[in-house]
Amino acid sequence: MRAALFRLVRSFFAGLGFLEVDTPVRQPVIIPEKNIVPLQSGNWFLQASPELCMKRLLAAGCEKVFQICPCFRAEERGRLHLQEFAMLEWYRRGGDYTDLMMDCHALLVFIKENLQKEFPGECSCLHTSSLYGGGAVDVAREGRRLTVEEAFQRFSPVSLQQALETDRFEELLVENVEPHLGWDVPFFLYDYPRELASLAKYKSENSQVAERFELYISGVELANGFSELTDADEQRRRFESEIQYICENNQYATAMPERFLQALDNLEAAAGAAFGLDRLFMLILGKGNLDEAVTFSPSDL
Amino acid sequence: MYNASDLRKGLKIQIDGNPFIVTDFEFSKPGKGQALYRCKMRNMISGNQFTQTYRSNDKFEKADLEERKMQYLYNQENDYYFMDIESYEQIFITKEQLGGNINFLIDNMELQVLLFGGKPIDVSLPIFVNLVVTKADPWAKGDTSGTDTKPVTVETGYVLQVPPFVEEGEKIQIDTRTGQYVTRVKE
Repeated sequence: MRAALFRLVRSFFAGLGFLEVDTPVRQPVIIPEKNIVPLQSGNWFLQASPELCMKRLLAAGCEKVFQICPCFRAEERGRLHLQEFAMLEWYRRGGDYTDLMMDCHALLVFIKENLQKEFPGECSCLHTSSLYGGGAVDVAREGRRLTVEEAFQRFSPVSLQQALETDRFEELLVENVEPHLGWDVPFFLYDYPRELASLAKYKSENSQVAERFELYISGVELANGFSELTDADEQRRRFESEIQYICENNQYATAMPERFLQALDNLEAAAGAAFGLDRLFMLILGKGNLDEAVTFSPSDL
Repeated sequence: MYNASDLRKGLKIQIDGNPFIVTDFEFSKPGKGQALYRCKMRNMISGNQFTQTYRSNDKFEKADLEERKMQYLYNQENDYYFMDIESYEQIFITKEQLGGNINFLIDNMELQVLLFGGKPIDVSLPIFVNLVVTKADPWAKGDTSGTDTKPVTVETGYVLQVPPFVEEGEKIQIDTRTGQYVTRVKE
């Protein structure tokens, strides 16, 4: 069924005119992001995301690209985290994050319909994880949406503003907000605080907020997408502040992705998203642990 | 020192001078956000539990714990005396600290004693111990009706359920984790 899922993802994007690409997993320079620790491979790094190369392909003239590839993140291991995981990413010239939310929804519907045909009776597709008592999420219905600020108003004991000021954003998001998201229909959390979106475009009407969203089903974060920042100078400034943080906290030696910044000069509006396929497959199976959704979990090796 | 990324089920750390063991652990990390390490911990002396969420840059002291191989000697009222097999040093542990372990202690038994800051806080018994049955009702042969077990008392005074064929004076093996009968032992 995992093979069928991957095949369906490919045929969905091929049907929309996306070109399947493959870019190097091992790279000399990666995106400097303070909360993502890369795995090293010799003097190079294993990618945490294929984002840099895929945006360079857009800048080089590709209209729409997608790929399914392994991504690596050090120190991430838990029920919903593997150090190596299967990522789906897609990018398009033009468009913004609202197009990506529609892509996500259409992809879920496409997968559900086809998996049900191929595995009748075996898969009602996108159960609520059995950990939470079962029940299916109806992906055919339109998703719900809330901005991050609205979601904090509804579910968190303190406002988004207070959460950020007291550095409790992640804690409140994980413990108070995420558990409520995506139990009947897919849920889109959108418009993230600007400090949580170092490669996304800020909203033109409110620069405190970035055009970024996350897709949730059964409280599980499945996909992240944004309207791409294509201003190379602004991107350089944001990378500088991330690099400074990484150096000060002595995480690893990192460099400015110069060739990526050069390429950004040739890119106007663009949008791209990353989707965790292992997590999606885990939900399709109705399981509560990623180890049950991959062919070999670390403990099988 | 341990970092937050060392946290896992079973890790022993020290907080405010007390040893804690992580009994439940969950890693979470919102995309692009900081990692969170949610731990349930048990105080290894008092047994008190609490839950706390830690961040990547939190650090933890290693619990000053040491396991030593010791031999059980004897008890004097509530104090149970043990001797370090290498140094011959003697220590005692109170009945209260030993809890249910006293059901399986016999003279000269070797076991692991856990010390925190040099003070004994717990013992780990061998998984299986062989004890002599000191009191058992005779087996009414041919009695195939009724229950499959009967209660017997072993040399430590512990009472447990065994199959009806076990008789007084026989040695039986007991699983110290569950306190249950395993098999008869022939010598």
